[in-house]
Amino acid sequence: MKFKSLIITLLASSIFLTLIICIWKILATLQGLSFTNLNFNLNLLLSLGLVTTSLFIGKKFNHNLKIFILSLSFTILYTFLNENSPMWFSVGIFLLILFFTNKLKKYDLKYLNQDFISEKILFEFLSLFAIVFFALVILFPFYIMFVTSFKTQTALLINPIDLSIDFSKNIFEIFKSYFVIFKTYDFGRYIITSSYVSVGTVLITLLFAIPAAYAVARLNFIGKTFLSTSILIIYMFPAIVLVIPLYTVFSQLGLRNSVEGLLIVYTATTLPVAIYMLQGYFKSIPKEVEEAGLIDGQNWFGIIIKIIIPLSLPAIASVSLYVFMIAWNEFLFSLMFLDNPKTFTLSRAINHLTGDAETPRQYLMAGSVVVTLPILLIFIYFEKYLVSGLTAGSVKG
Amino acid sequence: MSSTLSKIEKKTAYTLLLPAVCLVFAIILFPIFANVWISFKEVGLKDIRIPEPRAKKIVKNIQESKSELKIIYKLRNSSLIQDISEVSFSDKLPKNVEPVNLDKRCEFKSQKVKCFFGNWEAGYRENFEIFVKDVNNNVINSKYVKSNKPDLNGKSNNILLTTDFTLKNFKNVFINNNFFELLMTTFYFTFFGTLGAILLGIFAAQLVNQKFYGRTFMRSILLFPYVGPVVALAYTWTLLLDPNSGTINSLLVNYGVIEKPINLLGQKYLIINILGFELKLRLALTTVIFFEIWRYFPLAFLFILARLQAIPKDLYEAADVDGAGPFRKFFYITLPQITAILSILFMIRFIWNFNKFEDIFLLTGGASGTLTLPISVYQQGFAISNIGMGSAVSIVIVLLLITFMIIYFKLIGKKANEI
Repeated sequence: MKFKSLIITLLASSIFLTLIICIWKILATLQGLSFTNLNFNLNLLLSLGLVTTSLFIGKKFNHNLKIFILSLSFTILYTFLNENSPMWFSVGIFLLILFFTNKLKKYDLKYLNQDFISEKILFEFLSLFAIVFFALVILFPFYIMFVTSFKTQTALLINPIDLSIDFSKNIFEIFKSYFVIFKTYDFGRYIITSSYVSVGTVLITLLFAIPAAYAVARLNFIGKTFLSTSILIIYMFPAIVLVIPLYTVFSQLGLRNSVEGLLIVYTATTLPVAIYMLQGYFKSIPKEVEEAGLIDGQNWFGIIIKIIIPLSLPAIASVSLYVFMIAWNEFLFSLMFLDNPKTFTLSRAINHLTGDAETPRQYLMAGSVVVTLPILLIFIYFEKYLVSGLTAGSVKG
Repeated sequence: MSSTLSKIEKKTAYTLLLPAVCLVFAIILFPIFANVWISFKEVGLKDIRIPEPRAKKIVKNIQESKSELKIIYKLRNSSLIQDISEVSFSDKLPKNVEPVNLDKRCEFKSQKVKCFFGNWEAGYRENFEIFVKDVNNNVINSKYVKSNKPDLNGKSNNILLTTDFTLKNFKNVFINNNFFELLMTTFYFTFFGTLGAILLGIFAAQLVNQKFYGRTFMRSILLFPYVGPVVALAYTWTLLLDPNSGTINSLLVNYGVIEKPINLLGQKYLIINILGFELKLRLALTTVIFFEIWRYFPLAFLFILARLQAIPKDLYEAADVDGAGPFRKFFYITLPQITAILSILFMIRFIWNFNKFEDIFLLTGGASGTLTLPISVYQQGFAISNIGMGSAVSIVIVLLLITFMIIYFKLIGKKANEI
């Protein structure tokens, strides 16, 4: 039992360390270091040595001193055995090993005698690796998007994996792509159009959805159950089946190439989920509050404005953010309806950029950063509201 | 008394609902039915524009006298495919100015030239001339004459409103266009995209449900792919996977994993040799599925995490007492607790992945074996400019969707209400 758990601990932890070091190495390659070999086997042996030493030393020394000495010596060993590398790379290795040996704190030979310990240890390192893996897989494209926008066309062609930003250049040179897309490609106008469309959609959706949601939540009328079930069914129908009839009708009415046409379509497609989300919240407001309002001589309009809306601000915030996100990110309808660069939204403008194969990729990525950054900032700032919106609205997506 | 109150209530309810219902009806329900109509018609993109009679007015002086003018109207039918019938024309002349030798089709009444041109076939053109003369031989202000715009009217058949129907579109969809392959690709994409997203979602939710440093940060990051705009993310991935100087290919070549770059989005099949067996992998489709999983697992994650946090802690404590390890806890406690939410998620995500358009369109445009039904709607309708065919494919999608929804409500409709 003890032997088995020892082997598993050794293997799991040293494979984990080796993989982390490999990832660090790959990331360093993207900063311009010219590694051509991951040295997986060598690193694995080193890591095995490190874990074994750490286990056998156990708790005999001061913990901080132990991990410091271990990390330092293994970093030197590592740098010595591998190709030449700059200082910051070795510092990174040192920090990684420091973090790792700190994780090994509670492990000594005694600890490995417990029941089910091998499974627990395996699980622990697996989830540690999973955290690193998920963070990497998700953030990597965003990172690439961001750094590519600061490169130049020639630099990208000469060495496509060197994505380091050259800080010796002046600010104007570094941010050149952004200046170009705003000046030559008119992105300022697209930002205004996109904001106008998104905020407009939010406002009109709320204007239509709040009364409708109130009616569904509170009032009795014929066809109520039918209506509330059909809201969700309607929501399931995708934009792609609406596109052809809307395109023909909008062409004949002259609503194509107009921001107003987009506003109408976006509002209609987000209305069902907005009503669905709001009515759920309205139902949770105690009826007594409204009855008090009725006795005070309020009509339905007054009740909605003076009682329902102030009480359900969190839900309204969720709906607004969710609708804003949908409208800001929307692509299909803007592709179909907008041909004239004067009416483009940001998404459509970026799609238009790729239509020309000559467009340098750093401009494309700068455009992508411009469209992504606002929505990510809004998400981070209002995460609580947007997450509840997403959960309720996630039948769609 | 109460009956009048309930009447008022009903009336209020309908007033409150009316705007929303009208809008949804016009923009969502009407198009779905309109698809049925269009799909039985032979309509191309160019037929959508309604033909109009048009006239360009040119005013010319006649050298000898300033009291006479020649007005030329360049008349044409704006459409090259459709006729216009009962074309009528009217143009105003200044005071005391009268036409001379007016065309037989026209008459002059209260300072207006009115003409009835009858039928204009498709692509019709005519240079129509009239000579005008001032009654008192005064000089005519030609600029004023030119500033009057002629008024033209005509009747044309809006091809969308006629009652000629054809089954040609459906015949084309089912027989000529490799329908079976289209359907299989769509199902392959939908099924694996959904399954992958849910599996990854379970994994991520299980991860974030533990306590570790930076957990809230991790939860926000996991939602990034879903929150980010699809256009930006799809193009970033296209650049990452690009065979010429794309980051991932360059890295793999650099570390000697592959000898030459793989065109992950542009190659239909990858042939793998395993023990002498040749396996054909749909490469581009697989890449697109991975993108789909990457972008939509956050949703599955969000749902499953919410459910995981609602599982009572004492179940796990009891398992600890019994000495169960983490894997057993997962299979015997967690999994049974989340099966309900998983089945709902699967159905909903299945329906939505089935309809996915943007992701595939932006990554491959439906090329190299990634043509699914929604992409086909776009290709037929806008790339090949056959609106009728596009609508017919939309109808196929709607019918399949309705089938899925019936299955959904039969199987787990009741469960969905409980959660």
